[in-house]
Amino acid sequence: MIDLVTPLGIEVLDLAAGDRVTLSGVVYTARDKAHLMMIREGIPFDPIGAAVYHCGPVIAGDRVVAAGPTTSSRMNRLSGFLLDAGVRALVGKGGMDATVTEQLRGRGVYLAFTGGCAALAAARMRLEGVSFPELGMAEAIWAIRLDHLPLVVGIDSHGSNLFTGVQARARQVAELR
Amino acid sequence: MDPRLSSRIADATSRAYARAVTTLPPDVEAALNRALAEETDPVARGELENILENISLARKGHIPLCQDTGVPVVYVTLPPTVPFEDELFDAIAAGVRRATIEVPLRPNVVDPVTRHNTGDNVGVGMPAVHVRPGARLSVTVLPKGAGAENMSRIEMLLPSEVEKIPDVVVRCVLEAGARPCPPLVLGVGIGGTFDLAAALAKEALLEPIDTMDSYENAIRDAVNRLGIGPMGLGGVTTALAVKVRRAACHTASLPVAVNVQCWANRHATEFVEVDG
Repeated sequence: MIDLVTPLGIEVLDLAAGDRVTLSGVVYTARDKAHLMMIREGIPFDPIGAAVYHCGPVIAGDRVVAAGPTTSSRMNRLSGFLLDAGVRALVGKGGMDATVTEQLRGRGVYLAFTGGCAALAAARMRLEGVSFPELGMAEAIWAIRLDHLPLVVGIDSHGSNLFTGVQARARQVAELR
Repeated sequence: MDPRLSSRIADATSRAYARAVTTLPPDVEAALNRALAEETDPVARGELENILENISLARKGHIPLCQDTGVPVVYVTLPPTVPFEDELFDAIAAGVRRATIEVPLRPNVVDPVTRHNTGDNVGVGMPAVHVRPGARLSVTVLPKGAGAENMSRIEMLLPSEVEKIPDVVVRCVLEAGARPCPPLVLGVGIGGTFDLAAALAKEALLEPIDTMDSYENAIRDAVNRLGIGPMGLGGVTTALAVKVRRAACHTASLPVAVNVQCWANRHATEFVEVDG
């Protein structure tokens, strides 16, 4: 298990798809609307070495109640500007497409968190702040401090994508039936 | 309906919803533990360990397992002494509203076209309530999340294509890939009509998953040969279980429905005392 801490640097370039890691430090949640807002109005946090978490949390006051990952593929067309600005890690579930795999090349990684594990996630999180609160609870950008969130490198910075590899093998098996 | 009975039905609905979203049935947790014991891939083992730790934290903290607390699908059995009338539906809706505030649940229910969120998980035709006669008054809540539900499918096969039924299930899981949060529970409805096949597929999710017949086991084995694994990251368990329900159908039809359920195969039943 490799322990990563934000802000991330070139250490992420040494990671390989399938490596198990933990992530600590501040991450920023963002779903569809937050991405569109950032494209229009700018990124409201320092993007250099940042990690963006695809998540619409349940927040009560200053507490993170439930914060599992949402489906990352919805952000396939919306993530290039973040990597251009220096973001080093995208975190979510289900993987991302070939376009994002190329955009990550030489720059950053996609980290997969276990879908549905909202209670586990919340147990390792502390709320630090919010941007674009007008987007509502699920869509706002929440700054959340992580304490060793257990993740898997789903896409590395060398073009290897664990999800598409598994899916291609599954397709071969299905065709042989 | 006696207002005291109505109030008890609302209580039971709220309690069943709260328990369903915070505590997985023991057979589902046992199946996840078996999947971990059979898994050698370190990535897949890590995913299953996260899921099992999450289940334990949710149960101890009385917090939802998953932030998608679903839409309410409710199954009711009515004894002969309780009249089947509109107040029954009102009482169940009241229980859903209460659970939404008390658990709390994420407000997920919207108008299908305007997408306006009602805020209380109640809307036209929602909760979906299915009533049948029974010895006791029971309320079962099956909260259905969207990630897995959206991957479900129905096919109208030809009567000559009986041997293709397992292929429908395998293709459904293949096309879904990582999106429905495997390892999955697959409810399969065979026969009936277009609508009945889908209803059977959903009801199949309520059945115990620690036993399967040889037909169900064969479909599960075919699905698991895909190797999609926990969260689509590869591994030996893509489906925890396949549960099949059948109904007689037209001689010229063969409806097959697959209701896809994520690892969080949530459901809980509460009984209501009718007398006193």
